[in-house]
Amino acid sequence: MFAIGLAHYLTVAAILFTLGVFGIFLNRKNVIIIMMSVELMLLAVNLNMVAFSSFLNDLVGQVFTMFILTVAAAEAAIGLAIVVVFFRNRGTIAVEEISQLKG
Amino acid sequence: MIAALIFYMFAGLAVAAGVMVISARNPVHSVLFLILAFFNAAGLFLLLGAEFLAMVLVVVYVGAVAVLFLFVVMMLDINFLKLREGVAQYLPIGAVIGLVLVVELGVIFGGWAFAPDVEALIRAPAPAADQITNTEALGRLLYTDYAYLFQASGLILLVAMVGSILLTHRRRPGVRKQVIADQIARTAKNSVEIVKVPTGGGI
Repeated sequence: MFAIGLAHYLTVAAILFTLGVFGIFLNRKNVIIIMMSVELMLLAVNLNMVAFSSFLNDLVGQVFTMFILTVAAAEAAIGLAIVVVFFRNRGTIAVEEISQLKG
Repeated sequence: MIAALIFYMFAGLAVAAGVMVISARNPVHSVLFLILAFFNAAGLFLLLGAEFLAMVLVVVYVGAVAVLFLFVVMMLDINFLKLREGVAQYLPIGAVIGLVLVVELGVIFGGWAFAPDVEALIRAPAPAADQITNTEALGRLLYTDYAYLFQASGLILLVAMVGSILLTHRRRPGVRKQVIADQIARTAKNSVEIVKVPTGGGI
């Protein structure tokens, strides 16, 4: 129990990822919480990457973690911009109202 | 022993903060718990020896992404309690799917092992920590082998920046702004007039 191995980190990452998925189902109406859940899932993936990188002694995992961080930041910025524009036009961010968001 | 306790502290706090992110009633609290989760994940990164990524996580995620969420949550004037209606209705299906996911991940981890030739598959062996810092090793790898990918990630950030500015920028009517071209084009000929004033008449 006191020897922390790869499995411990993978378990934490799996729990965090599942919490992200669960959060999407739990807060189906609120786009902002859904985006936070997605961030939580990306964090879990990053944790997996870094754990494997550390335990395999291979730095490539950390390089890819940086790229995941970049994409996550870009995703959050564009997603929140879309939420702000949608709120400005419709006055709500309820997910079921976003069905006409096309073309 | 102490390292294990610190691991359990970080892991437990990260998971607890994750639970609070998805279950808090107030979205502002959700964002703050998200920040707590990021901090604890950064602690886990530190325990794994990825010091640079731990700091990047704090700077980029906590300093930029989470604060962006906070701005948006506070800026939008929404009745968030109304958005939480029906949570009890979604709870069972969400719990079932979460449980299935956990069981699947557990099955995978339970029967999982490293490949026998894993040593030969390592692309960039991490140098010993007492010779070179994690930041320097990562930088050397990133700027030599992954330079093009690094440039591409910069492009992704540029596209994200241009996209979000384009989306949220709006032209408001009735705002008086400085037009530098008009100011420069102005000459004495079309702005100063010499008028002959008749005595006692005024203009």
